[in-house]
Amino acid sequence: MVAVITKVKQKQITQLIDKGKRLDDREPTDYRELKIEQGLIERAEGSARVLLGKTEVVVGTKVEIGEPFADTPNDGVLTVNAELVPLASPGFEPGPPDENSIELARIVDRGIRESKAINTEKLVIDPGKKVFVVFVDIYVLNHDGNLIDASALAAMAALLNTKMGKYEVEDGEVKTKPGYEPLPVKKHPITVTCAKIGDKLIVDPSLEEEQVMDARISIAFDDDDNICAVQKGGAGYFEPKELVEAARIAKEKATEMRKKLNW
Amino acid sequence: MNDKPEKLIDKKGLRLDGRKLDELRPVKLEVGVISNADGSAYIEHGKNKILAGVYGPREVHPKHLALPDRTVLKCRYHMAPFSVQERKSPAPSRREIELSKVIRESLEPAIFMEYYPRTMIDVFIEVLQADGGTRCASITAAALALADSGIPMRDLVVACAAGKIEDKVVLDLMDTEDKVGAADVPVALMPNLNAVTLLQMDGQLSTDEFESAVNLALDGCKQIYALQKEALKTKYINVKEEIKEEAEE
Repeated sequence: MVAVITKVKQKQITQLIDKGKRLDDREPTDYRELKIEQGLIERAEGSARVLLGKTEVVVGTKVEIGEPFADTPNDGVLTVNAELVPLASPGFEPGPPDENSIELARIVDRGIRESKAINTEKLVIDPGKKVFVVFVDIYVLNHDGNLIDASALAAMAALLNTKMGKYEVEDGEVKTKPGYEPLPVKKHPITVTCAKIGDKLIVDPSLEEEQVMDARISIAFDDDDNICAVQKGGAGYFEPKELVEAARIAKEKATEMRKKLNW
Repeated sequence: MNDKPEKLIDKKGLRLDGRKLDELRPVKLEVGVISNADGSAYIEHGKNKILAGVYGPREVHPKHLALPDRTVLKCRYHMAPFSVQERKSPAPSRREIELSKVIRESLEPAIFMEYYPRTMIDVFIEVLQADGGTRCASITAAALALADSGIPMRDLVVACAAGKIEDKVVLDLMDTEDKVGAADVPVALMPNLNAVTLLQMDGQLSTDEFESAVNLALDGCKQIYALQKEALKTKYINVKEEIKEEAEE
């Protein structure tokens, strides 16, 4: 099941964008109103809710003790999962994660992992044997476009809000101690998505804009303005000069967002 | 096999396998390798060995997925359990599901989807041996298989990666370079339309480095494109000769 859009609406959106205008009166490079709330789920080690226009995403983090990967014995583990829950859109269905939710989780994962946002070395309890495993669960509650940016922001906000229990090791046994400390976060990646409609690029596509777009490109920037993850999506293409333009716009928007969030 | 090499680039500026920074691995392409498939191709890109097969346009299964105005393109990228150092479970991993999606989206712009409403085209990709850059080699082979099946296309699609190792932007990373290196940028191109249909990146690059990596990968694509055209022609020269021989008999 795919959410449907009428031909009339499609034409209206394309024609407006061609003139540099948008259905909701935004400029081509404007984000919708952004609201971030942290710590709303007390049971979770960390949580955040992001409202990007009408798109709503909640991220909860859990921190558990587990085993490290064999090839990285001195690093904690990061696991990102995304659920497109059926109540969020007529296009979402119950069942195991489909390619869209897997892609979403992997884009968010790459942004956090490749920017080295979490200091995973500090998550080691017993090298090669016991480490903290950080689970980031993305829960999409209302789909009105640009799930990638909203989820990436919510994931980062939740990680910044994450506390982990203190512990001590006694004869190889891990014992929890009272009190908490914050998760060691050292970088703050910000992901910006541009959609291509006709020959124009727009930032933060709404659901209706996503339904008419040719393709999208999402670019994650770290604190030093380095690109740390890129993903093109959609069944269209970009000309090389459009890619350069998208990277320029995305960098500008990421810097703007970083200032506003104070990350 | 798991030893990490200390240096990826030696004093002479050559890489582990003796390549220059902007040099491709040897690429071998063959078209029409599976007699049952409507179209097929085989690629050897360095140590990568990959088969691609196309079935369709054919009846849509399950039926409710059929579209009234165009065909449905399906793509399955799959790695054989023996294709990597440690056995990979044959069940599709999250990585394979994501790659199947991005590969499909890289091929779709090249196909005249509206020519075959209410049908389905299946693209199956089997990685027999992997050595870094399998998604790119898969796209190159899959595009050839589609062309071989006779499905009308706007252009071929060809893919190649660039990346960064030891502060240098280099072409076509192999497995070790990808694992130890700083960044990997796979790119797919429709060469005649100058259209990028796949672009991914992980690692860390400045915007300038990113731009030069994309440009380097595009150069690589154009080199492989020449081989792609040769491979298609070779098949049909062979067919022509077979017909001639039969006529003479």
